[in-house]
Amino acid sequence: MTNVLTHDERLESERIRKKARYRRFLTRLPAIIGTLPMAAVAIGVFVIGIAFTVVLSFTNTKLFPDYNLVGWMQYNRLWSTARWVESVKHIWFYGFGLITISLVLGYLLAVAMDQRIRGEDAFRTIFLYPFALSAVITGLVWNLMLDPIWGLQAAVRSWGFADFTFAPLADGNTALLGMIVAAVWNGVGVTMAILLAGLRGVDEEIWKAAKIDGIPAWRTYLQIMLPMMRGAVATALILLTVGAVRTFDIVIAMTGGGPGIATQMPATYVIDSINARNVGHGMAAAVCMLLPILALILLQVGFRLRANRRSQAQ
Amino acid sequence: MKKFAVVAAMATALLGSTAVHAADVEVVHWWTSGGEQAAVKVFADALDATGDHWVDGAIALGETARATIMQRALGGDPPDAAQFNPGRQYEDLIQAGLLLDLTPLAEEEGWNDFIRPDQIKEPCLIDGKWWCVPVNIHMQNWAWASIPAFTKAGLEVPVTWDDYLADLPKLKDAGVIPFAVGGDGGGWQISLLANQLILAQLGAEQVEKIWKDADVELAAGPEVLKAFTTLKTLGSYADTGSPNRSWADTTSLVIKGDAALQVMGDWAQGEFQLAGQKPDVDYACLLGPLVAEPKHVRTGGDIFVFFKQNDADVERAQLELASLMVSPAVQAKFNTAKGSAPVRDDVDMSLANDCMKKAIGVLSQPDAVVPDTNQWRNEAFTTAQNAIFSDLIYNADTTPEAAQAQFVDLLQNAD
Repeated sequence: MTNVLTHDERLESERIRKKARYRRFLTRLPAIIGTLPMAAVAIGVFVIGIAFTVVLSFTNTKLFPDYNLVGWMQYNRLWSTARWVESVKHIWFYGFGLITISLVLGYLLAVAMDQRIRGEDAFRTIFLYPFALSAVITGLVWNLMLDPIWGLQAAVRSWGFADFTFAPLADGNTALLGMIVAAVWNGVGVTMAILLAGLRGVDEEIWKAAKIDGIPAWRTYLQIMLPMMRGAVATALILLTVGAVRTFDIVIAMTGGGPGIATQMPATYVIDSINARNVGHGMAAAVCMLLPILALILLQVGFRLRANRRSQAQ
Repeated sequence: MKKFAVVAAMATALLGSTAVHAADVEVVHWWTSGGEQAAVKVFADALDATGDHWVDGAIALGETARATIMQRALGGDPPDAAQFNPGRQYEDLIQAGLLLDLTPLAEEEGWNDFIRPDQIKEPCLIDGKWWCVPVNIHMQNWAWASIPAFTKAGLEVPVTWDDYLADLPKLKDAGVIPFAVGGDGGGWQISLLANQLILAQLGAEQVEKIWKDADVELAAGPEVLKAFTTLKTLGSYADTGSPNRSWADTTSLVIKGDAALQVMGDWAQGEFQLAGQKPDVDYACLLGPLVAEPKHVRTGGDIFVFFKQNDADVERAQLELASLMVSPAVQAKFNTAKGSAPVRDDVDMSLANDCMKKAIGVLSQPDAVVPDTNQWRNEAFTTAQNAIFSDLIYNADTTPEAAQAQFVDLLQNAD
C-alpha cells in the first residue's frame, strides 16, 4: 500500500510541478509575445540588413544586387574621393560642436531651472518646444533666417546698418556653424530636461552638507552634482552622439550639402550614392559609418563585462 | 484624332480585348517651373482629350524625381510613365526587363523615319528595340544675358568668353550680380556650366575624347586646367544667395536685370517668355555659349519610359500617350512652351522665336550635335562630377589644380 501511495504522491508532486512550470510559462507568455516582434525586427532588419550592407560593399552593385566580389575597390575609391573625405571631417567638427554646446548649454539651462523659478513649467515647455518640430522644419526656418536676401542680414540692413554681414550659410567656411546653431536650438531642450531630471535625482542632503561646508553654489553644481549625475550625462551624451552621426534631414533642409560640398555629411553621401544607382559604393560608405558606432558599442560591452567580473570577484 | 483612334484600335486588337475602358496614366516628371508646367499641360490635355486620364506626378528636382522613380521600380510599384534624360539613367531598368517594349508602336508609326537627328534616337533605340520616347531636343550650350544689366554698367553684351571675363569687375562695380548661377541638387547647374564652358573653349572633338573615351592625359592637360581656372573666376563673381538656389530662381535674377548673365539650357527661355520678355530687346541669347560663330549644339533633352503594368487598359493608354508625345501637333505646342526643339522635322515651328530658329539652324548642319555627357557616363559619374565642380566654385580653398586632379581620378575609375 505504501508503495502505491508514494507512487501517487510522486505523480501528484510531478503534476504540481508541471502545473507550476505551465503557470510560469503563462506569466512569461505575454513578455515573450511582446518581445518577438522586436526580436524579429532586430534580427531581420538590423542583423540581416547589416550583413547585406557589408556583402554588397565588396561588390560593384549598381541598382540590382550583383554578387561578384571586387575586393576593396569601393573602399579605395571612397577614401580617394574628396567629397567623402570632407564629409568625414564635417561630421567630426559638427558632432563635436553640437555635443559640446548642447551639453554645456543644456546644463546651464537645467541649473537655471533648478533655482525653483516661478513658471518653471512654462519655461520648460518653451525650451522643449523646438524638439517637437522635425529637423526639416527647423532647417527650413533657420535657412530663411540665415538667408542673406530674406533673413537677419536683410532685416538689420533695412534698419540702417548697410554694411552688416551675417550669412553663415552662404560661406563654405561658416556654413557648418550655422547648422550647429539650428541643431542646438532644436535639441537643447531635451538635454536640459534629462540633466534637470538628473539634478532633481540627487539627494537633498548633499545640498545641505555642501551648504554647511560653505561651498559656493556654482562649485557644488560643477564639482559635486555633475559627477553624481553621471547616468543622466551619459544618457544625454549617447542620444546626442546617435543624433549627430545620422545627421541628414537638417542638411537637406538647410543647405543641400552646399555651398559646394561644405556641409556634406556621410549620410548624405550614402543616400546620394544609392540614388545615383551606385549601391555598392554607397554600402561601402555605410559600412564606414557603422564602424565608429560599432566601436562605441564594443567599448560599452567591454566595460560591462569588466564590471560584472569585478562584482563577481567580490 | 483619326490617328489616335487607329492606334487605340491597334492596341486593343493587339491585346485581344473587346471592351475599352478609360485608364489612368500616372506620369512622374520633374517639370515644376512656370514654363515647364505650361509645357506639361500640353501632354496632359492631349491625353485627357482621348478619354484616358493623365495623373500628374510632378516631383521637384530631377535628382529627387529619378530617385523616387527608381525606389518605386525596385519596390514593385513603378509609375506608368516616367521622365528621364536620354542616356544611361535608365539602363538598369531595361536590363531588368521592367520597361514596356515600344517597338511595335514605333514600327507602326515609323519613328525611325521621322525622329532626327540620329543622336536623339540612339538613347531610346537600343539593339533595334525602342525602349523610350524622345520628346524634345534641349540645347544646353546657351548663355542668357540681361541687356539692361549690361547697359547699366555701360557695356555691350559680350560675344566671347574673353570679353565677358573682362566685363566682370565692371559689372560688379555697377551693382549688378556679374554671374548668376545656382547650386541646388548637388550642383548639376555648375556641372552644366562647366561642360558648356569646356565645349566652348576646347571644341567638340576634345569633349568627346575626354568624356566618351576617358582620355586621362587630355583631361589632366593645360587646356582643361584653363577652363577650371575660368570656372573658379566665375564662381568668385557669384552672389551669396547662389549656393542652394534653383535654376529658375537664378534665371529670374537675369529676367529682373539684377544679374547679368547665366549659362543654362534653352529651358530657361520658357521663363523669359512667361515673363513677357523679348529676345534682343530684353535679353540676349548667346549660343556656344559665348562663341562668336557657334558650330555646335549640346543636345540633351527628355525621354519618357513606360513601365510594364500587366493591365491591358493601362497598356493601351500608355501606348496612346507614347504616340501622342511624338505626334506633330503635340510636338509643336509642347516644344514652343518648353523652349526646346521638336524631335521631328515636319513640325510647324512658326511660333518659335529668333533664338530657337538660330539653334534649329545650327542643328541642321552636319556634325553639329554634341550629346550631353549623360549619354556616355552613368549617373554615379554625374553625381561625383557635380560635387567636384561645385566644390571648385564655392570652396575658396579648392584650387583648380586640386579639382582637376579629382576629375582625372573620377575619369580613371569610371565604368
